[in-house]
Amino acid sequence: MSVDRYILSLSDNSMILGHRLSELCGHGPTLETDIALTNISLDLFGQVRGFLSVLAARQGSDVTEDSLAFLRREREHFNCILTELPNTDFAHIIVRQYFFDVFHKMQLEVLQQSTDQDIAAIAVKSLKEAKYHERFSQSWMLRLGDGTEVSHAKMQVAVNTLYPYVHELFDLTEWEKELIESGVAADTETIKEEYYRLIHQTLAQANLSTDGLSNRYAKGKHGMHTENLGFILAEFQYMQRAYPQMEW
Amino acid sequence: MGDKIILEDKFQKRIDAGEKIEPKDWMPEKYRKTHIRQISQHAHSEIVGMLPEGNWITRAPSLRRKVGLLAKVQDEAGHGLYLYSAAETLGISRDQLFDQLHTGKAKYSSIFNYPTLSWADIGAIGWLVDGAAIINQVMLTRTSFGPYARAMVRICKEESFHQRQGYEIMLGLANGTPEQKEMAQDALNRFWWPSLMMFGPRDEDSPNTEQSVKWKIKRKTNDELRQQFIDITVPQAEYIGLTIPDPDLKWNEERGHYDFGEIDWDEFWTVVKGNGPCNKERLQARIDAWDEGSWVRDAAMSYAEKQANQIGKEKLAS
Repeated sequence: MSVDRYILSLSDNSMILGHRLSELCGHGPTLETDIALTNISLDLFGQVRGFLSVLAARQGSDVTEDSLAFLRREREHFNCILTELPNTDFAHIIVRQYFFDVFHKMQLEVLQQSTDQDIAAIAVKSLKEAKYHERFSQSWMLRLGDGTEVSHAKMQVAVNTLYPYVHELFDLTEWEKELIESGVAADTETIKEEYYRLIHQTLAQANLSTDGLSNRYAKGKHGMHTENLGFILAEFQYMQRAYPQMEW
Repeated sequence: MGDKIILEDKFQKRIDAGEKIEPKDWMPEKYRKTHIRQISQHAHSEIVGMLPEGNWITRAPSLRRKVGLLAKVQDEAGHGLYLYSAAETLGISRDQLFDQLHTGKAKYSSIFNYPTLSWADIGAIGWLVDGAAIINQVMLTRTSFGPYARAMVRICKEESFHQRQGYEIMLGLANGTPEQKEMAQDALNRFWWPSLMMFGPRDEDSPNTEQSVKWKIKRKTNDELRQQFIDITVPQAEYIGLTIPDPDLKWNEERGHYDFGEIDWDEFWTVVKGNGPCNKERLQARIDAWDEGSWVRDAAMSYAEKQANQIGKEKLAS
């Protein structure tokens, strides 16, 4: 069962962030960024379909990728809080993306060697995408951090809001620890130092600071979310709840 | 004056011979202006068209449908991008074109001023709106202006995929539960007439047709294209068991076409003039995206300049 939960937690990061990005479609600052962010959303939902179809096949009976995606309650979601925070402005969108992308890429690199063949196969495929996502978000970190005074100020506000949630990416739950032992899950302790080195390098290049920021309470991986998630799910699950058990 | 007449004459002969006009070729000012207007109107329609469909991305009923819709709306952004590029070859910038949209000087297709009220509207738009657009666009793949014709070839391929995807959504709903079928019928009821309006006013009320035919922008009239759309679409509706909301619709053996009822031209002009159900909201959404994005675009420009200066300094130092 803990493998199931692990797969859900990997999938939920992509699903909830993919949802946040999908809210932006048609409203980006340029056509090019609109296309890029939609593309990232598409990649993330592609990964969700990969994970959830594997899980549905394992669980059998009536379980489908859609029942797993659309019919769980708030407390049954295991994404990190960072991924559910709102699209306050383009600075928040980019900073949230960048903090996640670097982690995602490194996590997938490790997961390529997962002893769970399905997880390893999805990781191999998703890694190419995550590398592209990181290139995109990192380039915008620099552009906006080192662009104009206005953009720099907005980026600093976004870093102040979002950096305090980064630590949760490395929070190891009890069920995750078991899976690290058996080689299924990625031991994120092994990538933590490099992760912080990379993001601080980019933050420094972008003239952005994390001085004085302290970690905030974040237990998304334990199914404890912010008030944001309920509204995300209300929208995300609307059709499946309003019209139960239908084919679309 | 005489030179200009000779040039215009040569120009028309090239078009008559089926040659493509390229951006650097000589062209009459009116040809340039007409193309800027038409291509930009088309580009604006693509990006405004992202909004009614984007409205359902976060509520799509399944993962497969969500991914399909995201990809479709992304394609539309891509169409906008290469249509703006085609317009730019005629000597106008994308910023100027956006400004024309935001100030209401440029138009976009009125169909996007209708709301998407249910998931079935996403199927109806794909089936009917993309279906109607394809009929226009297939004709435009042979238009005289090279960049526009080439953009159309690519766009048509993607649009016909969208149209099939939309029809498949409708097929699924029509074969689904009674609630789903009702949803599909309601979407058809609301989108049928606005789709017929997409072909523009009746020929006798369409002043630009003659010149457009001469330049091969148009090879068929509004009424001919509308009839073609109806003849193709009616059997598709019958096949999935949905009813076209037109009591006067009847096959005319003699004409070899469907006869159909009168379009509500008052509604048509109301929407064209800006008073449709969503005109204000669609335009405002575009203006907001542009205004809220201005600091992002400024920062990108400033960063690019800094980088260029840096490279310049390094070159001088070496």
